[in-house]
Amino acid sequence: MRLVILDDYDLASEWAAKYIRNRIIQFKPSAERYFTLGLPTGSTPYGCYKKLIEFYRSGDISFKYVKTFNMDEYVGLPRAHPESYHSYMWNNFFKHIDIDPANAHILDGNAEDLETECQAYEQKIAEAGGIELFVGGIGPDGHIAFNEPGSSLVSRTRVKTLAKDTIVANARFFGNDLNKVPTMALTVGVGTVMDAKEVMILITGAHKAFALYKAIEEGVNHMWTVSAFQQHPRTIFVCDEDATLELRVKTVKYFKGTNNNNRCMYKTLEVYCKTF
Amino acid sequence: MPSNKSVSDAAITQFINCRILRDHRLQRDDLWVREGKVLDPEKLFFDEKGYADKLVDCEGSIIAPGFIDVQINGGYGIDFSQASDDVSSGVSFVAKKILQHGVTSFCPTLVTSPPAVYHKVLPQIKVSDGGEHGAGVLGFHLEGPFISVEKKGAHPEQFLRTFQSGGIEDLMEAYGGLDNIAMVTLAPELGGSQSVVKELCQRGITVSLGHSVANLSQAEEAVHHGASFITHLFNAMLPFHHRDPGIVGLLTSDQVPAGRTVYYGMIADGIHTNPAALRIAHRAHPSGLVLVTDAITAMGLPPGRHTLGQQVIEIQGLHAYVAGLNAAYQPPTTCSACTKTLCGSIATMDMCVRHFKHASGCSVEEALEAASLHPAKLLGISHKKGNLDYGSDADLVLLDDALNVEATFISGEEVWRKGP
Repeated sequence: MRLVILDDYDLASEWAAKYIRNRIIQFKPSAERYFTLGLPTGSTPYGCYKKLIEFYRSGDISFKYVKTFNMDEYVGLPRAHPESYHSYMWNNFFKHIDIDPANAHILDGNAEDLETECQAYEQKIAEAGGIELFVGGIGPDGHIAFNEPGSSLVSRTRVKTLAKDTIVANARFFGNDLNKVPTMALTVGVGTVMDAKEVMILITGAHKAFALYKAIEEGVNHMWTVSAFQQHPRTIFVCDEDATLELRVKTVKYFKGTNNNNRCMYKTLEVYCKTF
Repeated sequence: MPSNKSVSDAAITQFINCRILRDHRLQRDDLWVREGKVLDPEKLFFDEKGYADKLVDCEGSIIAPGFIDVQINGGYGIDFSQASDDVSSGVSFVAKKILQHGVTSFCPTLVTSPPAVYHKVLPQIKVSDGGEHGAGVLGFHLEGPFISVEKKGAHPEQFLRTFQSGGIEDLMEAYGGLDNIAMVTLAPELGGSQSVVKELCQRGITVSLGHSVANLSQAEEAVHHGASFITHLFNAMLPFHHRDPGIVGLLTSDQVPAGRTVYYGMIADGIHTNPAALRIAHRAHPSGLVLVTDAITAMGLPPGRHTLGQQVIEIQGLHAYVAGLNAAYQPPTTCSACTKTLCGSIATMDMCVRHFKHASGCSVEEALEAASLHPAKLLGISHKKGNLDYGSDADLVLLDDALNVEATFISGEEVWRKGP
């Protein structure tokens, strides 16, 4: 694992956005070979999306040959509802960039047959050649996407009932009325994300600190599903100082040290030294 | 780059680099149009996997819903109240000209006239959509002849009428019919008028109170029967009095039925109403304010003498007076109780919007809504006009920050653009 620690939320968002940008540029996507990107929603990646839009507007990057697959969507929430993940992605990302609508995939929480919808989604990912880079977040209970505590670490895309922690955390988007928060969601499985070539998890804020500790300093455990990525060959955790509050000083020092080395390494790469 | 054609084949236009008036705020957002209506881009993206065929770069302009003028008597030498054989070419001429003021829909207004004039003029004009040819016609606004003698203003006294027989029958006899009529202004203190108010409202015609000496109770009774507008507030009605506010009192009346709004027209040309009075009305009831031009034949023409209905009027600067009363020019701030009788204005709608904003200190959004959303709600057409909601007609006006009109669009097509 790589743990990248930035001073604050804005810097963490910028680092993550630059990483995504550079990966897409290095990949040199084309009509024959699309770059497949897995995407999250929520308050954590908001700053990252803003930065990516800036890069698009300044001409640094195009999403013309990028296919995206979002992690999850609520069940039963009308797609036009301002809190649906479709609305989130449209307002915060898709409407500002040049992605082809046919290449933007999000699970349909209003599908007639939810099970078929989930299977079809797995199929679409397979047909797209798998995910090149899956970007995700972490819940305060350590979940990735909606893989709540107790989810199988080899799970695939399926319907999940949301945990109380998650419903409470999301209530702020529904006027703080717990009754208005959807109780079920479609989500990619832990196994689905593990299949990606590379995974980048964004974690910011003190309220996520304990979950980060559980995810990287304790064992692999289905009660903290993000811990599964300890067994992925290529994972980056991007966080701000606040999110490291529950980690050992030794862990933080170690990774801050390696990142300094990486900085020097990257500076020597001509085209791709935009990262720092 | 069109859609998967699952809903429509038609071309999609995207207005970019603009601030649009939506949800009562100016928002930095793009506006999407297809087949003459505002399109929901999110539905287009997810349902149809579609995107725009054509981009229109607005270069930072404001996009507001096209202005709606519910009181305009003519302009550019045309007088709607003149009974000619070819009224429609006159209406079309004005309809085309007012595009440059940002007006995309209007109600051609007729002042008090003899039945012969109504019988000749009314059948010649139908409610019609706007386009390259000009602004859309929403129906006539018939101001009179069932109005008060004391408050006739510039209307010719000999053609004023009262309700003699059954009320609505007098109206039908005067006008010859009620087709293509959007609004009627009448005085509610006239005997038999209340039943007429009720009958007209039931037929979907907006009833306005004006040119009247009604007290507040008579006005409230009319509102109870369905009246929803006040023609040029303050002008041609009893002045506000603290023990009987008269028609002006409707702005804060507690007798207005729940869920209904009383709208009021303001001629914000700086002449018909003192800015302080404009501010009082606006502050008392901001959501009811509707900007109207009450423009007359001479609007758009140079100073001089012109006809209005059955009378002759004189232009001096931005002032229009009934000719023959007092030829010497008097500044508008002197007591106007008995010197000159104003008879309509020559300010254009965009001038009114700018003046209203300046005089009232209101926000840009409020100024724009007073000329678009409010008149649309008044006429009951806000489901398709007066706003930029998804599904509304794409009648737009592009404005700079000072609210000067840069371009006008009807049903998404450019129908006027300011020259270099």
